Amino acid sequence: MIDLSLLADGGMAWLDGSGPESHLVLSTRVRLARNLASHRFGTRTTEEEREAILAEVAAAAHSTGSLARAMEFRLDRLDPLDRMLLHERHLVSKELASPDAPRVRSAAALLVQDRTGAMVNEEDHLRLQGLHSGFDLKAVYQNVSRLDTELGQRLAFAFHPEFGYLTSCPTNVGTGLRASVLIHLPGLVLTKEINKVLHGLAQVGLTFRGLYGEGSEVVGNFFQLSNQTTLGQSEDDLLDHLGKMVERVIAHEEQARQVLRREAPGILEDKVWRAYGLLRYARSLSFEETMNLLSGVRLGAGLGLIPNLGFYTLNKLLVYTQPAHLASAAGGEVPESELPTRRARYVRQVLESEAERRG
Amino acid sequence: MELCSQCGEREAVIRLTQVVDDKVTNLHLCERCAAEKGVETGITFGASPLGGFLAAMGKESEGLPQSVVGDLGACLTCGATLQDFRETGRVGCAECYAIFRDPLRTLLRRLHGSTHHTGKRYSAPGVSPVAPSQEAADLRSALGRAVQAENFELAAELRDRLKGHE
Ligand SMILES: [Zn+2]
Ligand SMILES: [Zn+2]
Repeated sequence: MIDLSLLADGGMAWLDGSGPESHLVLSTRVRLARNLASHRFGTRTTEEEREAILAEVAAAAHSTGSLARAMEFRLDRLDPLDRMLLHERHLVSKELASPDAPRVRSAAALLVQDRTGAMVNEEDHLRLQGLHSGFDLKAVYQNVSRLDTELGQRLAFAFHPEFGYLTSCPTNVGTGLRASVLIHLPGLVLTKEINKVLHGLAQVGLTFRGLYGEGSEVVGNFFQLSNQTTLGQSEDDLLDHLGKMVERVIAHEEQARQVLRREAPGILEDKVWRAYGLLRYARSLSFEETMNLLSGVRLGAGLGLIPNLGFYTLNKLLVYTQPAHLASAAGGEVPESELPTRRARYVRQVLESEAERRG
Repeated sequence: MELCSQCGEREAVIRLTQVVDDKVTNLHLCERCAAEKGVETGITFGASPLGGFLAAMGKESEGLPQSVVGDLGACLTCGATLQDFRETGRVGCAECYAIFRDPLRTLLRRLHGSTHHTGKRYSAPGVSPVAPSQEAADLRSALGRAVQAENFELAAELRDRLKGHE
């Protein structure tokens, strides 16, 4: 079993509930897709070529400031549970965490130092990423951009004067930049405004996903909003546009919460405390139910209805109630049938000690 | 392959997210069931943003000069053909972007609404960058020729690319 405690904050700094708008925005992520000019892209590489790519990247990374002290995980050599653990912490993509580690993912690796990291041999040779707590596009981009510049001076990236940074999938070409903001929007869902808002976002070139990235379901009213296109606009323009739209979504969500408070204060309070009560005392919790209850409790905490409950605690519950984290806490594989009771026990303990600690 | 959550028969190609009874639900639908549900009233995203575009790329490959694509229309660096790209949606190597430039341009315009990178400029270590002003000058003269020849499609393309230099 890998020891994630060696990472600063166990790679969990993005959950610490700090940063702007952290009552609504859990985290901000920016990733840059890059490929080495001298190697074929992901779908056409051989195993040896992938090893060579990893060796070149690792050597270059060690002489950068951003990744000099990086921890390195060989994902193809980890057992599936550990890979899932990294995925649940949002450190590697679903693709790299896949339980049946396909042969083509040989030499897949994660380099990570503080809040910046690089996935190697994903769909692209390199996926540079930064992940911060709260709503903080500029700062995250600055960190990733620094890593990009440092690596780009040491490695020859594939770049075309017309198309920009070349990527395996044409949907990422140009800047290679995908920025996403993980935001909690229960007010818009409860007031049934969410479809209108999401539709509006689609109209202005933004897209959304669930809590766990590409293809993942929307659970617990958590949405990852991100830019759809990567070509034709500069990095600053892409970030600016996303930032402005997220600000609008935040304003809509705040408004929706005020409407709920004004129009249905009793129902709202009841919903929030029921959610808390179930989390605090239930003996069996499914993953989806947990996410939905956490959504209610988080809304209550944001509105000040449930005092003395920190966002850090709520954020941690989101991650530690995922299957691989529950299994890891139990010291290894856990049969699926046991997960709901283990999950409920864990949530109960956390909320109890939080209540005692904060009185 | 994921099956349609409605009929359970055909492959799901569309993810539909909707709000029902205060809950966000996700459906994975095949094309037919999605049409029956009238997806235009909800928010939908194709499972693969490339899906429909790739099918349309067949015709455009026919104009490629044989010399650069080899006898079988394969990239000489990675061996990928346009057919490979259409099947996987993934480009084989950096060279492929040069060889399949024209069909890719059409695709990029549909995907991104643009074909020209206007962000960070990059030159690999040890390589001197192409002076952007020279490239812009070349484009400008090509644009002049295209307008004179009344090739407006090309002119629009060139104008678009020139914008990236301003
Ligand atoms: Zn169907
Ligand atoms: Zn190629």
